[in-house]
Amino acid sequence: MDVMPKWAEVILVPLISLILAAILSALVIIAIGEDPVAAVQLMVTGALGSTYGWGYTLYYATNFMFTGLAVAVAFHAGLFNIGGEGQAMLGGLGVALICLLIPWPHWSLALIAAAGGAALFGAAWAAIPAYLQASRGSHIVITTIMFNFIAAAVLNYMLVNVLRPAGAMDPATARFPETVHLPSLHEILAPLGISFSKAAPANVSLVIAVLACFLVWILIWRTPLGLEIRSFGKSGRAARYAGIGAVRITMIAMLISGGLAGLMAINNVMGEAERLVLNAVEGAGFIGIAVALMGRSHPLGVFLAAILFGFLYQGGAELALWTSIPRELIVVIQALVILFTGALDNMVRMPLEKMFLAMRRSREA
Amino acid sequence: MDYLTLIQILDSSVRLATPLLLACLAGLFSERAGIFDIGLEGKMLAAAMFSAATAAITGSVWLGLLAGIAASLTLSGIHGLASITFRGNQLISGVAINFLAAGITVLVAQDWFRQGGRTPQLSGGARFEGFTLPFAERLGAIPLFGPAYEELVSGHSILVYIAFLAVPATWYVLFRTRFGLRLRAVGENPAAVDTAGVSVVGLRFAAVAICGVLCGIAGAYLATALQAGFVKDMTAGRGFIALAALIFAKWRPWAALWTCLLFGFLQAIALRYQNIDLGAITVPVQLMDALPYILVVVILAGVGGKAIPPRAGGEPYVKER
Repeated sequence: MDVMPKWAEVILVPLISLILAAILSALVIIAIGEDPVAAVQLMVTGALGSTYGWGYTLYYATNFMFTGLAVAVAFHAGLFNIGGEGQAMLGGLGVALICLLIPWPHWSLALIAAAGGAALFGAAWAAIPAYLQASRGSHIVITTIMFNFIAAAVLNYMLVNVLRPAGAMDPATARFPETVHLPSLHEILAPLGISFSKAAPANVSLVIAVLACFLVWILIWRTPLGLEIRSFGKSGRAARYAGIGAVRITMIAMLISGGLAGLMAINNVMGEAERLVLNAVEGAGFIGIAVALMGRSHPLGVFLAAILFGFLYQGGAELALWTSIPRELIVVIQALVILFTGALDNMVRMPLEKMFLAMRRSREA
Repeated sequence: MDYLTLIQILDSSVRLATPLLLACLAGLFSERAGIFDIGLEGKMLAAAMFSAATAAITGSVWLGLLAGIAASLTLSGIHGLASITFRGNQLISGVAINFLAAGITVLVAQDWFRQGGRTPQLSGGARFEGFTLPFAERLGAIPLFGPAYEELVSGHSILVYIAFLAVPATWYVLFRTRFGLRLRAVGENPAAVDTAGVSVVGLRFAAVAICGVLCGIAGAYLATALQAGFVKDMTAGRGFIALAALIFAKWRPWAALWTCLLFGFLQAIALRYQNIDLGAITVPVQLMDALPYILVVVILAGVGGKAIPPRAGGEPYVKER
């Protein structure tokens, strides 16, 4: 029997972790001689006070939804996919190849193909670690870390030696053709009479990210495959006894996970930069870990946590612009969130469980 | 390639292998005790920043070294708290520590020095200088052996010699002392150690602390000996290469030495030559950068014997109630 009621498990534990992370972050801000209240105000106005701010917040959130879902799906199978960063890099490569090599008549066709390519490249990059974990038992965390570095080298090679247009200095592909330009939120909302900032990078990929959240929810909780993934994650041995193949489920879960991480590229590469640059992912693969932990690996939780981190990212950029607080504050906050919601989970949970146990006893007595 | 070039490349290999070796041995202690540590990178980074900052402020590199070790130990403490005391996920804790270090180092360096997240350039007593071994100049005149002794063996900072001495020391501690036996046992079968009346928690914290000290030296070496000051993200994945070396070496100290020298050699080559022209084919520099990681994946794929981690690695120990 669960010690805690479900609402406490789902809302209270993450909330307390978040508050602890916020308190420590405030202390850090005080330690570097700034005012935390003013900092939060600046972040809120910067990230949520205008459609421009929202446009950036939602753009970042789109990235984090994809990478967060990627980590969450792997978590459900009991796997820790730390390789979202590399998988998203390769996804970018897939998008770039599809956008540059094929002359697309319309962005919608290009988007479908690019999404397929991004997912395919991301999944392929997850396939080798998945296979090694499933058949050789080599730890997926180690192999996915190594694959992040190998991905960086592959991308570097492709951009410097293969995809760089002749005469260009910086390692990046040529600009994608005008026809594959994805409609931004401004262009989508204008016909509806809603004015949205023109400069903000949020685009139609957001819709796909939300759709992905919904599809992952269906997959995990409403399909036989999802049941298999979850049972395998809870107990590999019990699942094997029930006839669920370990190699098969590990492979499937990691391919889906890698594909989701790769899908991020339709937002940052196709939607925003419209060309592939070296540092396109900007750590979003790792933020997926924080997002999945914070969201308790539930698609709705991932959706909310991604928006929270989108807010933190855009707010952090505003802080760096207007105060002497560097952008790295966000990295610290991200670390604290991972620490409290992931590694120190028991520290938050144990006193709560004791409290609920005592409450139940007094009620029964 | 002439003899002197070879000596220079090997010399640079030794310098580049040193932080890898220290971090690798750090990971060895931790993982042999059953605590996975993917936070080596973060601990080195924190140590690099705090050692360089302290050395810059006080002018003493030794105080810098101590500060670096203290910073690394603090992160080790967090890792121990999360993974031993609260039985959390060791891998997630390691990830958190890496990010914590990546953020806090720039934040603090910017707050203290206002130079865009770096520390001032170190010089004089604030830096570890080369350490000339006895007779280096006189023996340098001997052909072949002389230059090798003068350039390759002599003239490194004291931390390089500490790193190389740490290899036999680690071997001795782990395989010839009672503490080492218990430490290895706690990574294989903690319940047995507990039954024998030895504290699992105590042993694991000791291992994590040793790991912190070694990572601290590694980070201090980076910022005060290899380079003269801290810059953002200066570890540049070295903690992960050390982790790769640890697996490649199958968690053994002497093998760790050879692996780190090999990886240091690869880095030295990549640093000196951009693309290596082998006549028919050209090896791109990116392949050299990725080679340590590729080698580990190959090893993990089961080529050249299976790399088996300590049995209780990554598992929090729950005492039976």
